Amino acid sequence: MTAELSPARLQVMWNRLLAVVEEQGQTLIRAAFSPIVRECGDISAGIFDVNGRMLAQAVTGTPGHINTMAEAVLHLRGRFCLQDMKPGDIYMTNDPWLASGHLNDFLLMMPAFKDGKVVGFTSCTSHLVDLGGLGMGPEGSDIYDEGLLIPPCKLVEAGTPNALLMDIIRANSREPIANEGDIYALIACCEAGVKRLISMMDEFGIGDLDTLGSYIIDTSRKGALEAIAEVPEGVYKNVLRMDGYENELELHATLTVAKDGMHVDFTGTAGCSKKGINVPLNYATAYTVFALRCIVGPDIPNNAGSLEPFTVDGPKGCILNAQRPVPVAMRHTLGQVTPDLVLGCLHQALPDQVPAEGASCMFDLPMRHAPEVAANGGREFAIEPVHNGGTGARPHADGLSATAYPSGVFGSQVEITESMAPVIMWRRELLPDSGGAGKYRGGLGQRIEMTSSNNAPFIVFLSVERLKFPALGRMGGQPGALGRIRFRDGDSDIPGKGELRVEGDDYLIFDTPGGGGFGNPAERDPAALALDLKRGLVTEEGAKAYGGVS
Amino acid sequence: MTIQTLRLAIDIGGTFTDTVLVSDEDTILASTKTLTTHGNPAEGAMEGARRVMQQSDRTLAEVTGFIHGTTLATNALIERRGAVVATICTEGFRDILEIGYERRYSQYDINLEKPDLLVPRERSLTISERMSAEGDVLIPLDETQIDALLADIDASGAEAIAICLMHAYANPTHEQRLRTILTERRPDLTVSISSDVSPEAREFDRLCTTVANAYIQPLMEHYLSRFVDQFEAAGVTCSILMMTAGGGMCTVETAARFPIRLVESGPAGGAILAARIAARSGLDKVLSFDVGGTTAKLCLIDKARPQTSRAFEIARAARFIKGSGMPVRIPVIEMIEIGAGGGSIAGVDRLGRLTVGPKSAGSEPGPVAFMRGGTDPTVTDSDITLGYIVPDTFAEGHIRLDPEASKAALTRTIGDRLNLDPIGSADGVSRIVDESMASAGRMHAVESGKDLGPRTMIAFGGNGPLHASRVARSAGVSCIVIPPNPGVGSAIGFLFAPISFEIVRSRYSLLESLGLDGVNDLFDTMIAEAKEVVGQGAGNAPTETQRTAFMRYSGQGHEIEITLPDRPLTAEDITPLTAAFEKEYRKQFSRPVPGMEIEILNWAVRVATPDPALLPVPETPECTAFNVTETRQITCDVDGSTKDAAFVARADLKPGNHVSGPALIHEPQTTTLVSADFSAHVDSIGNLVLIQHQKGGA
Repeated sequence: MTAELSPARLQVMWNRLLAVVEEQGQTLIRAAFSPIVRECGDISAGIFDVNGRMLAQAVTGTPGHINTMAEAVLHLRGRFCLQDMKPGDIYMTNDPWLASGHLNDFLLMMPAFKDGKVVGFTSCTSHLVDLGGLGMGPEGSDIYDEGLLIPPCKLVEAGTPNALLMDIIRANSREPIANEGDIYALIACCEAGVKRLISMMDEFGIGDLDTLGSYIIDTSRKGALEAIAEVPEGVYKNVLRMDGYENELELHATLTVAKDGMHVDFTGTAGCSKKGINVPLNYATAYTVFALRCIVGPDIPNNAGSLEPFTVDGPKGCILNAQRPVPVAMRHTLGQVTPDLVLGCLHQALPDQVPAEGASCMFDLPMRHAPEVAANGGREFAIEPVHNGGTGARPHADGLSATAYPSGVFGSQVEITESMAPVIMWRRELLPDSGGAGKYRGGLGQRIEMTSSNNAPFIVFLSVERLKFPALGRMGGQPGALGRIRFRDGDSDIPGKGELRVEGDDYLIFDTPGGGGFGNPAERDPAALALDLKRGLVTEEGAKAYGGVS
Repeated sequence: MTIQTLRLAIDIGGTFTDTVLVSDEDTILASTKTLTTHGNPAEGAMEGARRVMQQSDRTLAEVTGFIHGTTLATNALIERRGAVVATICTEGFRDILEIGYERRYSQYDINLEKPDLLVPRERSLTISERMSAEGDVLIPLDETQIDALLADIDASGAEAIAICLMHAYANPTHEQRLRTILTERRPDLTVSISSDVSPEAREFDRLCTTVANAYIQPLMEHYLSRFVDQFEAAGVTCSILMMTAGGGMCTVETAARFPIRLVESGPAGGAILAARIAARSGLDKVLSFDVGGTTAKLCLIDKARPQTSRAFEIARAARFIKGSGMPVRIPVIEMIEIGAGGGSIAGVDRLGRLTVGPKSAGSEPGPVAFMRGGTDPTVTDSDITLGYIVPDTFAEGHIRLDPEASKAALTRTIGDRLNLDPIGSADGVSRIVDESMASAGRMHAVESGKDLGPRTMIAFGGNGPLHASRVARSAGVSCIVIPPNPGVGSAIGFLFAPISFEIVRSRYSLLESLGLDGVNDLFDTMIAEAKEVVGQGAGNAPTETQRTAFMRYSGQGHEIEITLPDRPLTAEDITPLTAAFEKEYRKQFSRPVPGMEIEILNWAVRVATPDPALLPVPETPECTAFNVTETRQITCDVDGSTKDAAFVARADLKPGNHVSGPALIHEPQTTTLVSADFSAHVDSIGNLVLIQHQKGGA
């Protein structure tokens, strides 16, 4: 019997593909060793047709893989010949400009065979713990400082991993065991995806993905274009000022909204930094498109059709289109503010739908023992607590306090941090008045105070933003509070990028930034202001920004 | 002659109260469904009890065992009908609830609001004190702040207090001291402390659990004492035991202390029933499938034990999305619950995609066919249109159905937009909802490192038997068991639950450098605590103790549960435990990671009365084809064609009787659809067994 592909059947298959990629994603997260994967879901999984067009992608904790994976698979698909592929082969790369913006992200692609020919591909990406070099931090001065780069190659040949390649990866890492575990998890994820894809095709009695793929892509493209058609056509520009590393810098964006798509161009954006906060274009594109899709057609799943109308470009060599061999390890620091950049453009077209700027860049705080502690036989540790500032106020609601956006990261629990490392967090509380005033208030940042618990010094690797330039409000809303890092007894504030040594008796204080407000503060509902005062989110002093307490 | 036992189980659900009376091990004497009486739920329960007593000609005084489960605790949390709670945390940590995990539960939804966690910031109080992760006092409890704290509590209007101090799981003395002072000085307050309610690391989860407990404690104390009083007045002499989310029973006193453990006890009963059937039928791998009016609940059952978990989320706001509810850390039978049931509403989204649920028409207004004012087509409307629900036998004729209204609604909402006739629309709704139930099951299995394919599905609930073969096909499952009285499955399950209590406590250590004395002391304390609780209900009955460690590779998030020997650990245990962990890890992830350190954060103890003995299962008598005399026209769910289905009353089927699909096997509270690619027979203990005999083209 030939399966008739009615719309309901096509849709059931589409739903199945979406379920398969979510299952792939879960498989990967469960088996991953990197805390950032576990806590933040920093992975991706997708299914592609034989031409490399993405049909489904898991919704995971990070937008950083959204189009990067689609582009990477197209690249690998073009690079290797279909005729040479065998069942059980898996291809890979961690080239930041092909995969996902820095060396830690490994991307694998596996052809799916049915009746002896390739019918599609599965792919997945995951963040590995350590690739050697200077490690996860902005201190490298070029990509070679940052660790091992593996160009597109065959990782698994007909089911057997390339032993030499695995040896090389092990030999170039401080965490060889965890890396190996992560790579096996990626392989298992690809294999599981292929297996489920083929069994789905068997179940539904289809020999290729052509009809299904066209249905998914056409439906999604149409939906995306309809959503774009609701945005007034025009050219919208925005500029963000950021702290940068060695100097402050500007990010520029021009958003062109036309009937057939939305295009973002970063012309005018500052050049690259000498340190690893540069962003390859694929990564900047991922966050940019994510932000647009939060407003324009958020209910349409990511695939080649829904992504096609969104394009992003920038002059080569600007910090959002960094070129080899500049360092890119901490590309998320600025990558995570590109949503604020592009939403500032979109706001001009849709003033009633776009939130104010938020803290955006997470306070990801890798810490480890000071080198001499290990030499003296002291307690060694390495942890990576993550904490966030406030999100921007929404056009019809306050921002969210101490909440990740655009990242989907989980904040760390203090009891867990203290169980795993000799540190004590003495305070973790919302910071009153840190949310930008507005008709709708920005989300609050938080204050975190910490010391060593055993008087041993430790190192914090900083790469955070908005210590100099706050998250701005919209429509008369005021900016959120700046972030701030300092020692309680210190004379001056600590900059947001670089290595920070904390002595055994130092008392370190982090303030994460607040989100910007939306609308004129004088228009805030008095009851809402009164509640903020009652709850201590706004102080009497802070209430002055709203014209004071009536 | 053995002493005859007479046991009564009452499960109070959101719409119906199910009551079952059983004699001996599992002879069902009577069962009934009555409407839940929300004003005083005990009334509906009493009505149910009266009916089964009447039907079986017994009296309440003869009852030797009484098990009660209720959604009251869950509903109080969902409907926000609990007490005014204030929290007391360590100074510096006022915002544990506000900050939570710092995340949005939906990646693309910029307008989402975070779940309401019951205690607003103005009632979040603090006191100066501090423990270290090891349980050492870093800052003593500052009792000079008590007066100010009491003034704040008084001003806040709090009726119940939740205390959660940093690392109290490692050293509870500050929490205990604070509770003593508060109960002395404010005897009217109920006080819950985190080191009692949920002694696990992770301040947010522990505080949420403590808050939820405090929130429902006054209400549940009141309810339980009234319930007991009414039934004692009606003649009940045996003690009443409460069903818990973990699938065990506890005394009313324990329930009043830890009411949070009563949430989701109904679904737990269903899983217990499925486990019992699995044990009796020798089924090693089972998927229980419980579908009601609003949700479908699936549970994996291996070796006749339902999968358990230590965490659960209450009142998920948005479409059952993870993270949109309030996390509580209590021992629970782990289930995946999705918004797909008979009342789930179907529609078309703006991409032209068919959608079903999670919104439900519930029982009011209900499906369109019920003619109670519902206008949105539901899953039940599509089942009626496809011919699977036959109007004249539905709900014993208590509810009249209008199939034409179903068709009109399907056409209006779906057919006109997608250019489908009513049957095409109904078929689409069925495919989408069945696929989403199957997907939920597959996802749940993947998250647990398991596979669905080799499992037997045990289906019950009002809509479970109706959708079982369709969902099984999507999930790749080829064998289904439908127990007798599937409509009151949860209440029957209560009767097979052990009296048990489980405690999980955090203590971080690496396996290779385990502090043996500390761990053994920890277990001694936990076992003594659990035995005392179980002893209250079980008296001198024998109990079993199970010790467990939750292990993981350092750096990895996923914990693997390893059973420990029931004795103090010694240095010689480390190597076999490492091997046990690696073996289990290999099973789940195909290869272990030699050389990686293994760490343990949580330790658990479960003390329980032994499972009731199993009767030997007689062989199913030889299959004989049942003589089908009636048929009904249905739309075949395999290929969409029109077919005549055998129409059989379940009561007419005898063990060994065999019916080929397509067939509809109806009974008072539900109908079983036997799809064309399945056939059904009745086994020796009255289960309906459906076997797929050919792979259907989905």
